[in-house]
Amino acid sequence: MADLTRLTAASLAEKLAAGEVSSVEATQAHLDRIAAVDGELGAFLHVNEHALTAAADIDRRRAAGESLGALAGVPLAIKDVLVTTDMPSTSGSRILEGYMSPFDATVVARARAAGLVAIGKTNMDEFAMGSSTEHSAFGPTRNPWDQTRVPGGSGGGSAAAVAAFEAPLALGSDTGGSIRQPAHVTGTVGMKPTYGGVSRYGSIALASSLDQIGPATRTVLDAGLLHDVIGGHDALDATSLAESWPSFAQAAREGARGDVLKGLRIGVVRELPDSGMQPGVAASFRASLAAMEAQGAEIVEISAPHFEHGVAAYYVLMPAEASSNLARFDSVRFGMRVTPHAGATVEEVMSATRAAGLGEEVKRRIILGTYALSAGYYDAYYGSAQRVRTLIQRDFTDAFAQVDVIATPTAASTAFRFGEMVDDPLAMYLNDATTLPANLAGVPAISIPSGLSDDGLPVGIQFIAPARQDAKLYSVSAALEALLQDKWGGALLDRAPRLGGDA
Amino acid sequence: MAKDKLLSFEEAIELYEPVLGFEVHVELNTKTKMFSDAPNEFGSDPNTNLSPVCLGLPGSLPVVNGTAVRYSISLGLALGCQIAETSGFARKNYFYPDLGKNYQISQADDPIAFEGAVEVELAGGDIVTIPIERAHMEEDAGKLTHVGGATGRIQGAEYSLVDYNRAGVPLVEIVTKPIFGAEERAPELAKAYVQTIRDIVISLGISDAKMERGNLRCDANVSLRPRGQEKLGTRTETKNVNSMRSIERAVRYEIQRQAAILKAGGTITQETRHWHEDTGATSPGRPKSDADDYRYFPEPDLPPVQPSAELIAQLRAALPEKPAVRRRRLMGEWGFTELEFQDVVNGGLLSEVEATVAAGSSPAAARKWWTGELTRIANVEGREASDLATPEHVAQLQALVEAGTLTDKLARQVLEGVVAGEGSPQQVVDARGLAVVSDDGALIAAIDDALQAQPDVLQKIRDGKVQAAGAVIGAVMKAMRGQADAARVRELVLERAASL
Repeated sequence: MADLTRLTAASLAEKLAAGEVSSVEATQAHLDRIAAVDGELGAFLHVNEHALTAAADIDRRRAAGESLGALAGVPLAIKDVLVTTDMPSTSGSRILEGYMSPFDATVVARARAAGLVAIGKTNMDEFAMGSSTEHSAFGPTRNPWDQTRVPGGSGGGSAAAVAAFEAPLALGSDTGGSIRQPAHVTGTVGMKPTYGGVSRYGSIALASSLDQIGPATRTVLDAGLLHDVIGGHDALDATSLAESWPSFAQAAREGARGDVLKGLRIGVVRELPDSGMQPGVAASFRASLAAMEAQGAEIVEISAPHFEHGVAAYYVLMPAEASSNLARFDSVRFGMRVTPHAGATVEEVMSATRAAGLGEEVKRRIILGTYALSAGYYDAYYGSAQRVRTLIQRDFTDAFAQVDVIATPTAASTAFRFGEMVDDPLAMYLNDATTLPANLAGVPAISIPSGLSDDGLPVGIQFIAPARQDAKLYSVSAALEALLQDKWGGALLDRAPRLGGDA
Repeated sequence: MAKDKLLSFEEAIELYEPVLGFEVHVELNTKTKMFSDAPNEFGSDPNTNLSPVCLGLPGSLPVVNGTAVRYSISLGLALGCQIAETSGFARKNYFYPDLGKNYQISQADDPIAFEGAVEVELAGGDIVTIPIERAHMEEDAGKLTHVGGATGRIQGAEYSLVDYNRAGVPLVEIVTKPIFGAEERAPELAKAYVQTIRDIVISLGISDAKMERGNLRCDANVSLRPRGQEKLGTRTETKNVNSMRSIERAVRYEIQRQAAILKAGGTITQETRHWHEDTGATSPGRPKSDADDYRYFPEPDLPPVQPSAELIAQLRAALPEKPAVRRRRLMGEWGFTELEFQDVVNGGLLSEVEATVAAGSSPAAARKWWTGELTRIANVEGREASDLATPEHVAQLQALVEAGTLTDKLARQVLEGVVAGEGSPQQVVDARGLAVVSDDGALIAAIDDALQAQPDVLQKIRDGKVQAAGAVIGAVMKAMRGQADAARVRELVLERAASL
């Protein structure tokens, strides 16, 4: 039998539905793969000991003739930011080590209800703060393309897991690029839906007004299939949109036929010039544009004059919300507790616990955010940042009056080396300049592989669409994906180096 | 606790003008909490009315309770406020274990209701208009019990117990503007204002409004300024005022305390003060300054509340009549004298009497029970009459009296049982065996015994000295342990004396 881990989720699902393979076989194949390669990669924080039981249950239900979801029986890796009842949920932080949630995140509950098999929890920067997964309290994840390099962040674990064929599908969370930037540096697909398109209930909040849950996969179709499962209104999330959505898998399938590119107006942002990019990244981006242009797309230069203030605004708003969201980690009701001395007051215990349980980057952002919200500084920082946010939203509105989608390189450079940016948080923050405007505006954005840079590392292209037009992103990116795979003669990941576990 | 020096109230008012302000918290009686589906119930076992949201568990998110919003709008309208077209929530950040999230979801710049006025009636019928600044929605905090310290406060406690049942209970906080001109009636006005708020929320049916349960809580701001001075004095905020009576006393106390300090040339510290029911004094709490930094910012988990004009119109149309109108109507309906009616109003018992009448009692009887026996017990026990019994129970009690099952004296005993929590009047009658003995056979047997024991009395009655019957009646009532209708006993005594 062919290696089940190399199949896309869509083709694995077909084989499962046709009875050619069982979920137990598929799940076992992925567990074996994890056992073989994850020692090197460190993509998983926890492997689900109940996975085979869940898989057997799906097989039994299928045998009984039950009608199951399109992805029933397919393994799913879950970013540790999402709470789960059958596995610990730590958000990459020592302060939550071993924490068991009494409820599943809505997206996890929906995935389980659709028959997906939760195979494990993936590594991440602590509380999703970082672009490298180096800030996980439980050790870094390595990039399957080059193990001296980072897999991006914060969702480096989910991206590495799908890139290394440890799981066909993964869930991520994206506050400023945490799904898309790891996709970019690992040659995978990452989608951040419209704000409110997917429930945040059960996602350990970083910045509530920016966080969005989405799929991390190897193909656009797989992302659409997973998005169909997890998306839609949730009464438990007041920011969840009430409307009904079209099928994103359907949009991807239709897009792969290529017609969508004809007459499509693609905006390229003047304020994100090639000169600001690594040359290999810019070249890959331009080649993708040319491929689409050749199919009838029109490349239109647009201006987004306020993007340049995006990083500054983002690094006020995100830490401000985070400083409040993370206040609950105080040892009183759950999580780590440090008692500094006998008879310590509750305040002393809270303080000692947070000092010991939270990492440096988390503390940095809590301090930044607390400062930005302080009396006397609120207007200058938080107030100004909100105004910039409004201006960036207006930039998008103006741009989408001229174009159907916007395209950018997903990030300015390919994967950087471990330690390269640890001592320079500002350089790390600038990594998000291309991705975070979509979060500030609440619009959907996707990153798919556009090729390799001259350093041999993967590069992603990002498409951004107006709010609620997630389907447009699936059709456009599926069209480009088909064009590029034709050119490459297969998937980009086929060119990734073999890992130690590979025969 | 050092004893405060107090100036006499009369001198305090002569030298200084009191300026008042109130923050009244009203707990709404919705079925579920403000931001989750956890039950909103009083008296449950600690930490049983919980959800992930009220514990602040990782990943949990708040969702606004629509009923609480409608109640808040109704209250805003009843306070004569404007209702905001868009009203957002905000986070008030502070580390304290009474809230699982370490922030309280409240409202800051855009409260649901603002700019209103409430008419308050003082004894004698004088009407004072209290200006309302705002009424905003928020969640209540959990309850901490500090064990092992002398003061019951967190300082010095050995450990603290936390009960999150109250965490997330819907609250509306009503904030007045500064109230000028109350003068010597400031303490009375304070009490009358809170009573009016209580009447309003009861008539709206949006709160159980029991002060001793904390459904209704008042923080009283008091400052003094020397006569002729424009600038406001430094204020204190007195908390922990858990009864109508205490509000009046606490305001009077603060006026006297501050006046003594000012007269001696001292300055008032801006602070929170705690009212102590037992000593009738306030003590300093946390210093409160304008520098308290709660780092308010818009709550990103909740979209703003945007009530439609239709909803507001609908709630406005459904408002009960205004308190002053209601008082005039009830006075007419009940046919009380001005004095009788003021007795009810001053006791804060208008709603109780009205509900008791609605439950079947005559207005006179309802007034008699509430302003009489129940108020007497309340004064003895230092509680609120309204907390002692329900209007339904009082109406039942009166019905038992009118049916002849209870004498007035027995009814008072039954009421004691009701107040002690022994159940409804009928249950107390059954359990304590307090019903009037209406079985003539039992009475006759007792009367015959008594007459035979006192042959001289029997003779006197037969001789027409009817007043001599008193001694026999007394003996019979004693034998019946009071559970007999004295009038009936008298009738029977005369009958038996004639026939024996």
